Amino acid sequence: MTATVARTAKYVTLVVAAVVTLLPLVLVVFGAFKDYREYTTTSVMTPPSDWTNLANFRTAFVDGGMGTGFVNTVLIMVVALAGAVLNAAFAAYALDRFRFAARRVVLGLFMLAALVPEVTTQVATFQLVKALGLYNSRGALVLLYMGTGIISIYIFLQFVRAIPRSLDEAAMLDGAGHVRIFFRVILPNLKPAIATVVIIRGIAMYNEFYLPFLYVSSPDKRPVSTALFAFKGQYGAQWEVICAGVVITIVPILLLFLFMQRYVYNGFTAGATK
Amino acid sequence: MTNVLQRADRPAPAARAAGAGPAGRLARTPARRPWRQRLVPYVFVAVPVGLLLLFTYWPVLNMFWYSVTDWDGLDKTKNFVGLDNYAAALTEPDNLRVFYVSLYYFAAALVQMALALYFATVLSFKVRFRNMWKGILFFPYLINGVAVGMIFLNFVKPDGGLDTVLTALGLEGAIRQWTGDPALVNVTLASVSVWRYMGLNFVMFLGAIQSIPREMYEAAELDGANRWHELWLIILPSIRPIVGLQLILAISGALSVFEVPYVMTAGGNGSETFVIRTVWTAFSRNMVGLASAMAVVLLVAVLLVTWVQRRLVPERQVDIA
Repeated sequence: MTATVARTAKYVTLVVAAVVTLLPLVLVVFGAFKDYREYTTTSVMTPPSDWTNLANFRTAFVDGGMGTGFVNTVLIMVVALAGAVLNAAFAAYALDRFRFAARRVVLGLFMLAALVPEVTTQVATFQLVKALGLYNSRGALVLLYMGTGIISIYIFLQFVRAIPRSLDEAAMLDGAGHVRIFFRVILPNLKPAIATVVIIRGIAMYNEFYLPFLYVSSPDKRPVSTALFAFKGQYGAQWEVICAGVVITIVPILLLFLFMQRYVYNGFTAGATK
Repeated sequence: MTNVLQRADRPAPAARAAGAGPAGRLARTPARRPWRQRLVPYVFVAVPVGLLLLFTYWPVLNMFWYSVTDWDGLDKTKNFVGLDNYAAALTEPDNLRVFYVSLYYFAAALVQMALALYFATVLSFKVRFRNMWKGILFFPYLINGVAVGMIFLNFVKPDGGLDTVLTALGLEGAIRQWTGDPALVNVTLASVSVWRYMGLNFVMFLGAIQSIPREMYEAAELDGANRWHELWLIILPSIRPIVGLQLILAISGALSVFEVPYVMTAGGNGSETFVIRTVWTAFSRNMVGLASAMAVVLLVAVLLVTWVQRRLVPERQVDIA
């Protein structure tokens, strides 16, 4: 008897939590398919009358600049992710395979930096970006994103460590230098770590709002998140377009999550547990 | 972020084995190596460390310097003003109010962790559609902060989703101006924060709970323990480090809230947070000196919290050092 009650309670709480989580999202999806009249006259809970009405998506994507936003986001992410992966792998390779005088200092610098919240330092970083002539450029974002952190280094370290040193030595006997060992022996063995870092850093870059908000002002250089933010002013009176913009922003992340769940979960827990 | 320091005991058996053999030679301190050989690791760390110094440490140093000047961000000269900016940051009521606002987010973080712990416990046992529940609860964490703000503007607007649900439940009397009422705005915004971040805590806790060996539950059950005993005597003690870590992240998170309140209210109706105010001070009022002092205060606060947590929850040393 009590067991049945406990079981029921368990499922009731799960259903309530799922409804609370999904309802705000579902209502935005509803809104995105309604036209202005329908959005303003029907209840938010009423599903749209025409699920094939894609006018809002077109407005958001073309006029609203979400399309340009995606192009910019992809450009920034491709370069920044390549840089971030290489940086973390370089650092992990040096830290694992060599014992050098400054090794502890380097590790310490990365660990201490993890304690500095990014939001605090931007007041000063802004002056630096301006001085470098990078204000209002996508390059500023690329540079700020591609630096590596202790978490990425740690994820790579675990994999570098698992590569037998005999492989390095065999390559060395064949006359390979360290750069060649890194690219031919180490990097190809880091694929799972690369996937993890690309996914967690990629999601963070895609969702980043604060940095593009500070550093990129021209509409034609904006990534997705600030392009969406601009909707608040531009379409402040057309919430159905804002809803479409929100849906467009979420879809890529949803697809990634559905198809790469295991990597996503592993990435976030690798960053912070055990 | 601090977490890496916590995992001393993550073994890397293959590497250990490899390192112990004759191959370990590579790792010995190279006393008589030619200088070109000794330079190799520095070449590899040059770019990552260079970026770190340039974009993290250099700004932090500058921030300390700006914070004792009256700089406006444009002027060629910066006049030294001593601790005036700190005095302003810590005494002006408007500057102090933001700390009060962060208490709402901290309280919300505690609620969020309790919920996360509950759902992690429930889902660590046999449940139908386990992966579906897990995915639903976690997904909000992956959504863009601007989108989250807009989703909830749509949800809490007058006659929006929340009001409709309350009406359907016969609770019309509970309907309020969710973001328009200064007495309520921070509760609303902090609740959105719970919606957004609960999934992350939940997945962390779930991972920690699932790493508890099954035999422990079996042994406990033989001793007559019920689920409640299991929660208090097995699960909670095993996940204490991760709970401590999430708690400290909750404190620094509560101090650095930005996106959702900025998108939903732009800091209006008394919902201004520390970061919103710092950005406004630096970039709208052009008071870079004062904004830097505020940022230093935030940095020190976060470092202090981290330090206290380290003292309270003794950590195992990291194995990468």
